[in-house]
Amino acid sequence: MSQKVLDALQAKFPNAVERTASTHKDEVAWIKRDNLVEVAKWLRDDPAMAFDSPVFVTCIDWLDWNPVGVPPDARWDESKPRFTVAYQLRSLTHRHRIRLEINVPESDPRCPSLAELWAAFNWQERETFDMYGVRFDGHPDLRRIYLYEEFVGYPLRKDYPKEKRQPLVRRDDLPINPIKVEHKP
Amino acid sequence: MGVELTTTRLEDAAKWAKQSMLEKGSNWGRKFSLFTYPFVTACCGMEFMSVAGPKYDLARFGAEFPRFSPRQSDLLMVVGTVTEKQGPAVKRVFDQMAEPKWVMAFGVCASSGGFYQNYHTMPGVDQVIPVDVYIPGCPPRPEQVLDGIIMLMDRIQSGRGHSQLRLKREELIANAGSEE
Repeated sequence: MSQKVLDALQAKFPNAVERTASTHKDEVAWIKRDNLVEVAKWLRDDPAMAFDSPVFVTCIDWLDWNPVGVPPDARWDESKPRFTVAYQLRSLTHRHRIRLEINVPESDPRCPSLAELWAAFNWQERETFDMYGVRFDGHPDLRRIYLYEEFVGYPLRKDYPKEKRQPLVRRDDLPINPIKVEHKP
Repeated sequence: MGVELTTTRLEDAAKWAKQSMLEKGSNWGRKFSLFTYPFVTACCGMEFMSVAGPKYDLARFGAEFPRFSPRQSDLLMVVGTVTEKQGPAVKRVFDQMAEPKWVMAFGVCASSGGFYQNYHTMPGVDQVIPVDVYIPGCPPRPEQVLDGIIMLMDRIQSGRGHSQLRLKREELIANAGSEE
């Protein structure tokens, strides 16, 4: 659908684009982490691209991803980066869209922020940080957006136990204990 | 040792009977004038509107007047899912209500967390406040809510609500200390 965007992107940034794919009419470009901001800025400002509508940003946790039917070399193991940050962009002018994916290793979960380019990414990057713990460099106000400040950990990571609760208050004065009155002498 | 609930002296027995009659009378008044505080958080609120509306008409049981200040209400209806982040807010609302007060957990989410088993949902609002009546259902039928209201009225009449029992206990403890 918008294969020409991928071609133009690869012609413009041959070193920044790791690989591209086009599946189910959805164009994906894997971008190197250090080049993300300049690529995104070009995608926004170039009149032939004109990606003026930010759709979403989210993160994918690949931990132990080995579903049935996937060839062994495509499965996740320790040598591959654990997280993938995905930016979906759309152009209302030219009616094409593209998704930028950035591989982020677990040892250094950082990603450049695009909140300065598209203001709508501000809260979505905060949500991604809240749920996955990916730090967005250059974000103007990076703190938790849904969860409370006392929360420890990142709940949508695959290794967060689903039974784990982090309560803020618990009751302590229910009449469940039998009445015991100590008579003073 | 313990608190003597019965006595052999005639005047004490008369006093006890009189207090009991007074309590019965006040409980009779309380159960027909429940002022509800609807703490509506989720989709069970639709069923609450249905049961409070004219078709099922919660007003037939004297609970027709939702007050949107906890200080003017004595029945807290927790309607819907409560998250861990909301825990301090629920507890604060409950603490602001006037004594005696009752709590109704409306729907499975408020009762036990429902089908949520994750990091953010409180497994039942009874984790932070004492609950008198649990209404199951996702969401409950209006008939179930009316049944729960009738059960709560029975409970109020017999003085078995959590706050009623607590007030009684505190009174007994105070009296036991003073008699000694």
